[in-house]
Amino acid sequence: MQNLDAISSEILSAVDAAETIEALEAVRIDALGKKGRVSLMMRELGGMDPEERKAAGQALNVVKDSIAAAIETRQSDLSRAALDARLTAEAIDVSLPSRPEAEARLHPLSRTIEEVVAIFAEMGFTVAEGPDIESDYYNFTALNIPEEHPARQEHDTFYLPPDGDGRRKVLRTHTSPVQIRTMEAVEPPVRIIVPGRTYRSDHDATHSPMFHQCEGLVIGDGIHMGHLKGCLIDFCRAFFGVDDLPVRFRPSYFPFTEPSAEVDIGCTRDGGGLKIGAGDDWLEILGSGMVNPRVLANCGYDPEKYQGFAFGMGIERIAMLKYGIPDLRTFYDSDLRWMRHYGFLPFDAPSIHAGLVGGTV
Amino acid sequence: MKFTRDWLFDHLDTDRPLSEILDALPMLGLEVESFDDPAERLAAFTIAEVISAEQHPDADRLRVCMVNTGSGDPVQVVCGAPNARAGMKGVFAPAGAYVPGIDLLLKAGTIRGQDSNGMLCSEREMMISDEHDGIIDLDQDAPVGESFAAYAGLDDPVIEIAITPNRADCLGVRGVARDLAAAGYGTLKPLDSSAHEGSFDSPVTWRLDLDGAEHLCPLITGIAFRGVTNGPSPDWMARRLEAIGQRPISALVDITNYVMFDLGRPLHAYDIDKIHGDELVVRQAKGGEPFAALNEKTYEMEAGMITIGDAEGVDDLAGVMGGERTGVSDDTTGMFLEIAVFDPISVATTGRKLNLNSDARYRFERGLDSESPVWAAGHIARLVVAICGGEASVPVTMGPGVDWQRSIFLGSGKVESLTGMVIEAGEQQRILEALGFSVTPADGGFDVAPPAWRGDIDGAADLVEEIGRIRGFDHLPMEHLPREDVVAKPSLSLAQARLFRLRRALATRGLMEAVTFSFLSEDDATRFGGGAENLKLVNPISADLSVMRPSILPNLLSAAARNQDRGEADAAMFEVGPVFPGDAPEDQRTAATGIRHGGTAPREWHGSARAIDLFDARADAEAALAALGVKLAGVQVKADGADWFHPGRRGQLIQGRTVLASFGEIHPAVAEAYGLRGRVVGFEIHTDDVPMPKSKGPAKPLLGLSVYQPVTRDFAFIVERTVAAGDILKAVKSGAGPLLSDMRIFDLYEGANIGDGKKSVAVTITLTPTKATLTEDEIEKISAEIVKIAGKNCGATLRG
Repeated sequence: MQNLDAISSEILSAVDAAETIEALEAVRIDALGKKGRVSLMMRELGGMDPEERKAAGQALNVVKDSIAAAIETRQSDLSRAALDARLTAEAIDVSLPSRPEAEARLHPLSRTIEEVVAIFAEMGFTVAEGPDIESDYYNFTALNIPEEHPARQEHDTFYLPPDGDGRRKVLRTHTSPVQIRTMEAVEPPVRIIVPGRTYRSDHDATHSPMFHQCEGLVIGDGIHMGHLKGCLIDFCRAFFGVDDLPVRFRPSYFPFTEPSAEVDIGCTRDGGGLKIGAGDDWLEILGSGMVNPRVLANCGYDPEKYQGFAFGMGIERIAMLKYGIPDLRTFYDSDLRWMRHYGFLPFDAPSIHAGLVGGTV
Repeated sequence: MKFTRDWLFDHLDTDRPLSEILDALPMLGLEVESFDDPAERLAAFTIAEVISAEQHPDADRLRVCMVNTGSGDPVQVVCGAPNARAGMKGVFAPAGAYVPGIDLLLKAGTIRGQDSNGMLCSEREMMISDEHDGIIDLDQDAPVGESFAAYAGLDDPVIEIAITPNRADCLGVRGVARDLAAAGYGTLKPLDSSAHEGSFDSPVTWRLDLDGAEHLCPLITGIAFRGVTNGPSPDWMARRLEAIGQRPISALVDITNYVMFDLGRPLHAYDIDKIHGDELVVRQAKGGEPFAALNEKTYEMEAGMITIGDAEGVDDLAGVMGGERTGVSDDTTGMFLEIAVFDPISVATTGRKLNLNSDARYRFERGLDSESPVWAAGHIARLVVAICGGEASVPVTMGPGVDWQRSIFLGSGKVESLTGMVIEAGEQQRILEALGFSVTPADGGFDVAPPAWRGDIDGAADLVEEIGRIRGFDHLPMEHLPREDVVAKPSLSLAQARLFRLRRALATRGLMEAVTFSFLSEDDATRFGGGAENLKLVNPISADLSVMRPSILPNLLSAAARNQDRGEADAAMFEVGPVFPGDAPEDQRTAATGIRHGGTAPREWHGSARAIDLFDARADAEAALAALGVKLAGVQVKADGADWFHPGRRGQLIQGRTVLASFGEIHPAVAEAYGLRGRVVGFEIHTDDVPMPKSKGPAKPLLGLSVYQPVTRDFAFIVERTVAAGDILKAVKSGAGPLLSDMRIFDLYEGANIGDGKKSVAVTITLTPTKATLTEDEIEKISAEIVKIAGKNCGATLRG
């Protein structure tokens, strides 16, 4: 026991000197293992008298505990160092790009249609549909556009071969035939919108042989042109997100409405740029009017009893104006670069509660 | 419809500035399409005198001129015009002026060493004509320093308005003036419509040979003129015609044109000496006769067209165009003038069938003033005599007349009930009368008789429009549409709403949404099972867009090829839109269609990119079906499909007997037809065929979660290569019984060590007990059942 201090300090030095977990373990075995030096000294205690054993035992225990503590500390230091070394070795260049995820977008047309639907839903409209291949009757005659009417010539109609009964089929030139189909099918009141494909045989910088329109029809008690004005002003302001957007109603002509009005919204043009809002210029965006009594009668509605209004707008046009898309023809090109730029992320859904201006994400 | 300011003011007495009138026109329904003030455009061009014109010392073709501009010192100008000479009066543009004809902003400079501080101009350089033989050579009395535009009468601004098809009355300047006057922008000047006392009897008369179809020519007047001198029109008339884009020809021709634009009243002039016989016959064409029109083209007439001719034959297509043979020429001294009303539908049909457009046809088919052959005759006769001299005959008129007089009742509350505008009765009456309507008070409203020039007025709603537009739509009240429900109901049906979900599902999977045309080329159509005769457009815009599409696939393949050509070979796109298996309304289907081409991603360092294969298309189809509300657990796969898919790599997703979706690799021959390199896969869903999800209300069935430990077991089955993996799964499912909660193929292997023509299909299953933890015995029993059924149904053995 005379050497206890010396042994203790020798072992503690060895603990400090151990550079690896393995070396430290060797020190531990050499000191505290079954045949370790401290263990052997513990064993020697048995040969001592009780008084001496007590004193030596206590001293030995202190040494044993201090060695064990030193080993534990050293072990923890060495583990940390080992972990640090591993982590350093594991370093990854975080500037490397992550795995690519396919990111696709919805077309501005379906986005715009959803926005239009969201606004009119708020005003109690439902969405109606009709076929793209129409009969002459639904596309023209029932809408008070008789054969040889000059208005018919202005439609640049695509024709399909006549059917077995000699009835001529057309690609619908507007979504208005769905007014007729709806009024034939349901009793008033009516509040519908009809977004859909339309066709005219015209192809240049500002015309496409296929484009989209959204028709609207409201028939009900006491609906007058002031309601048309209110409804369309409410729509335009919500759609363009401009609360004080000036909206102007100008007399016009459509065979299926009387009186008829074209609707302009305010804008400014400077240096080639176009800004929607209060300004010094006007931009035509809609056709509208009170449903012509002849059209009501054609659908079996009593014109003495019912009246209402109808409107139609070009979806491409309002999408171009709102989202700054310069060229109509690019809508149908399916150019991936265009789609990435002008498209909308699928979770960016328009709604009244979350907003109607897309593309902010 | 074009006219000039001064022309308008011939009919409208007003002190309102032009700018206010320009603002008022669109609010009356007369949309201003363009406005051009040549005086403004030509403001920098003034009249100048050439004091001297010396040969340029260093250039044979140039002269150095000193020009007196009327202010300051003379200016030196180098000029290349051969006619530049001392003493001439010309048109001068100073440095700083913009010369439109050569698109040049003039700068002071030197030309071959001589100073030049402006330009002496030709008409072409000012864009007032094509004349460019030399610089303008004005009369000696032209005032130096004055505006050239004013001197030349080019200071009359030109206004172009769009006329809607109902407003035939505004296809003449006078109609526009009438609208403006009614709206308070001045007063309509009176037009002398008194008869002209003819001084002789017309040597030519009309004969209507219409055989019961008298409505085709209800009223026709003719006036003969003799001793007229045809020559250039007076300046004022020629200038106005030029301003609106009409080329002056000769006084007689110009008068007919002028009256047409002035009063909306087309005329036709015959050289009376070229008419054979003493009558012009109005009759329907027999069909097949040739007609040599004034435009120097010959047309073949169809039976029924209204014609006018003499003893020699037809020489006028009524309301559309006159004939070459009897037209007036520069040496015409006798004229017979036709002022008629023809049936608008007949004129329109004739013009359309012959593809013959004219300003006259445009007016006839929109409907003329029914009384104009009567009231315009005197005015026109006086105009001709005033300009060309000679004398006019007593007019000859034929025809039963147009039955245009009608009365429409306008209830006193009608304007307010239809427009919401409150306009007092007196004002309503004033407006209608200012527009030429006769208004008689009647019980509870007015009886209103439209004037002869308003054939478009059809009922009370039209009268409301007249009153409303003259009052101004700015006065319409703004009423929000009354709400029917406090919380709005959904506006989309489930069938519509699920298509928006489908779009989101596909876009989320990386497919870009496309919108392509509903028509395509005949090759595209036939390749994809379409191209029936009844789906071919009669008048396509091009062969590429001539047949209604049977499928969206060809359009997407074309789009992929275009993107490939732009260097984007990895295209994934879809479209939701119509396809047309037939031409009846119920034939039209909505298709959701997608393709993938190339790889899943560009080559990149993780190595995650791989070539797409048909399972990508199947996954797309399954995601789409799920978005439509289909429970995929009940969907079967069948190795079948259309010809445009690879015969060994195509499948259908089937529920019961309904094919919900087709998918597969596009047939390599088809892909090649589109120039696509590498594999293309695609899917097609006819969404109308996909059943609506059955709704049992919003509440979901109660979730029963097992508290017992799930167990997984793996099976490696050896089967013949031809055995479908789907059949093995079916067998496993039936063997596993109700505790099966998951089942997956996790390995597929073919190799010599398991035998030729064999494959190994490794399946893992998860059993989730519901009542108690499964014992080894129970698991063994289920496993044995699985192996037994797989063996029986698929010839499967467990891999040793």
